[in-house]
Amino acid sequence: MQTQIGAPKQKLSFSDPKVRAWLFQIITIVAVVSLGWYLFNNTQTNLQHRGITSGFDFLERSAGFGIAQHLIDYTESDSYARVFVIGLLNTLLVTVIGVVLATLLGFIIGVARLSPNWMINKLATVYVEVFRNIPPLLQILFWYFAVFLTMPLPRNSHNLGDTFFMSARGLNMPAALAADGFWPFVASVGVAIVAIVLMARWANKRFEATGVPFHKFWAGLALFIVIPALCVLIFGVPLHWEMPRLAGFNFVGGWVLIPELLALTLALTVYTAAFIAEIVRSGIESVSHGQTEAARSLGLRPGPTLRKVIIPQALRVIIPPLTSQYLNLAKNSSLAAGIGYPEMVSLFAGTVLNQTGQAIEVIAITMSVYLAISISISLLMNWYNKRIALIER
Amino acid sequence: MTSHIFKPDMPPPNKVFGPMAWMRANLFSSWFNTLLTLLAIYLVYLVVPPILHWAILDANWVGTTQADCTKEGACWVFVQQRFGQFMYGYYPGDLRWRVDLTVWLAIVGVAPLFISRFKPKAIYGLGFLVLYPIIAFFLLHGGIFGLTNVATSQWGGLMLTLVIATVGIAGALPLGIVLALGRRSNMPAIRVICVTFIEFWRGVPLITVLFMASVMLPLFLPEGMNFDKLLRALIGVILFQSAYVAEVVRGGLQAIPKGQYEAAAAMGLGYWRSMGLVILPQALKLVIPGIVNTFIALFKDTSLVIIIGLFDLLNSVKQAAADPKWLGMATEGYVFAALVFWIFCFGMSRYSIHLEHKLDTGHKR
Repeated sequence: MQTQIGAPKQKLSFSDPKVRAWLFQIITIVAVVSLGWYLFNNTQTNLQHRGITSGFDFLERSAGFGIAQHLIDYTESDSYARVFVIGLLNTLLVTVIGVVLATLLGFIIGVARLSPNWMINKLATVYVEVFRNIPPLLQILFWYFAVFLTMPLPRNSHNLGDTFFMSARGLNMPAALAADGFWPFVASVGVAIVAIVLMARWANKRFEATGVPFHKFWAGLALFIVIPALCVLIFGVPLHWEMPRLAGFNFVGGWVLIPELLALTLALTVYTAAFIAEIVRSGIESVSHGQTEAARSLGLRPGPTLRKVIIPQALRVIIPPLTSQYLNLAKNSSLAAGIGYPEMVSLFAGTVLNQTGQAIEVIAITMSVYLAISISISLLMNWYNKRIALIER
Repeated sequence: MTSHIFKPDMPPPNKVFGPMAWMRANLFSSWFNTLLTLLAIYLVYLVVPPILHWAILDANWVGTTQADCTKEGACWVFVQQRFGQFMYGYYPGDLRWRVDLTVWLAIVGVAPLFISRFKPKAIYGLGFLVLYPIIAFFLLHGGIFGLTNVATSQWGGLMLTLVIATVGIAGALPLGIVLALGRRSNMPAIRVICVTFIEFWRGVPLITVLFMASVMLPLFLPEGMNFDKLLRALIGVILFQSAYVAEVVRGGLQAIPKGQYEAAAAMGLGYWRSMGLVILPQALKLVIPGIVNTFIALFKDTSLVIIIGLFDLLNSVKQAAADPKWLGMATEGYVFAALVFWIFCFGMSRYSIHLEHKLDTGHKR
């Protein structure tokens, strides 16, 4: 074996960056672990002194309070675990409605900000500057206390064609109930979608092989209308409507959107849409004008230019910040605690915590729910982002 | 020789110049645009006159009680009467000069930083950052130099909003910078700890953080040690905000070209000196607009302390609107609060845009 001359044997010394790095990391880990241990210890003693038994047994106990809005069946004798599920569903409901509406409104306003029409352009600018500079909680409180709660009582409610009634108790609307033809109808929609996918595949293959285009959109639309329509003719209507009607002081029958839900979704939609509009505007502006000119000079018409050249490139810029707006919306749905809409924070971290006193468990569950929502939204959007990302060679 | 006298130029045709041409180009260029313009005008007609009537023309401006509000429009008397509460909360009336003085000190103290001819900005700024919080704390809190003690439970209104926002960002900045450096460190343990910390706080809503600060923090501390409610909220806000600041600073660190890191190393600078003398001064300059934007977000988020029962501007308004002497004043109160928040946020966002243009020294390659 040959010994290397001139390379002194490495000793453990503080001047070696590797040794320093190890030392530093060990110190940090020890510090973090001991801080955690210290807090854990304190908590244990505090809990003992207050006579609180930790653990998740409380979830089995009966809740004993009513909830204004529950998407699944609920009675006061149901357990806290069911209350948790109701809170979670209500949070998800607001998030999903909010994301869909805010995206639609945001894209419209964002495009309007780029409009050559002076009026439209200025209106969109005013919208964005007004609504993104007012705290979302303030907007929620405003819509709730100053708009929805000042609506007239049910008997004088604003009436839209005897089907929709807007009052201080919320928006009453017809309920859709499944009729005989419901399941066949669902099945027929499924069949239609499969047929459209197969048709599109076939059309793409033929286009690539022969270059003959096929009217995919119109054929698809025809399939989507004809198959379910045939089904309705054979099996009867899929849904029948239950109208809300005034009985005494309130409405019975139909569905009701409680004012808390209306105020929350409206405020979050309006607030988030202002941010999405800015994202959309900057995304579209980031596609250089040369791209449009190049597309036009290749003979593409304005429609395909927009669909095949501008939007795919703009989306790459739009998606990452759009993701964080969706995350913000999901997190902002917790502001419902300010008006008592029964979602995760106000229902579970509020009422349940007060009733059971299990602060640590309740807060830990609540936080992990939001972490899980955040992580799943970002995973979903990252996957989409990767799919549309530019593949560089 | 005959001299040519030119006739004066003809004015440009109306089609390409003047208000008519402008309108033709910007409002009525096609049938679709014409339709949009008419729709927009109709929308403005629907929205603006009622608001104008309510807020200004038919509004009540003078009086002392709700009975004085006889006209149809807004009752601004309510805001006038409760103005003190909206600004200072329950801060004792005869001591409110101390709050005013604190604000004036901040304005006067910050002013030199905006004068471009004032050179020793770094030293002055650092001194201000160290000294001002101490002075402000004793001015507001009292209990020294014969100043009467004002408990934090009496703080409120816009003053509390500003206190939470400024303390939040001032505390979050150093922590955020350390976290950002940690996230880009090449020591795996440090990186993992920082990433976990940042992603945890960024994944949960501020409301749950405040809940945690108010319910769980007392459990974490040794027995007998108890914090003030405001301090607990501030700790929650700082931890939460530091994660966002860390992400902004990380953006700045990533924007610094690799050559700068290598140059610093080639000069024989160690990690701390290369960061402190070369990388961070450039990176922080790049992210000032981003930090202003996080500050705007924090400023709006301070309104959430309503949940744990602190009386910031929004909660003061909510409280005042629930007063039986002033029933049905919710709209006026919220519109006023919205206006105050809007002025602050809009002003800051304009400033951040201005900074972005000013600081753009061409790092893009």
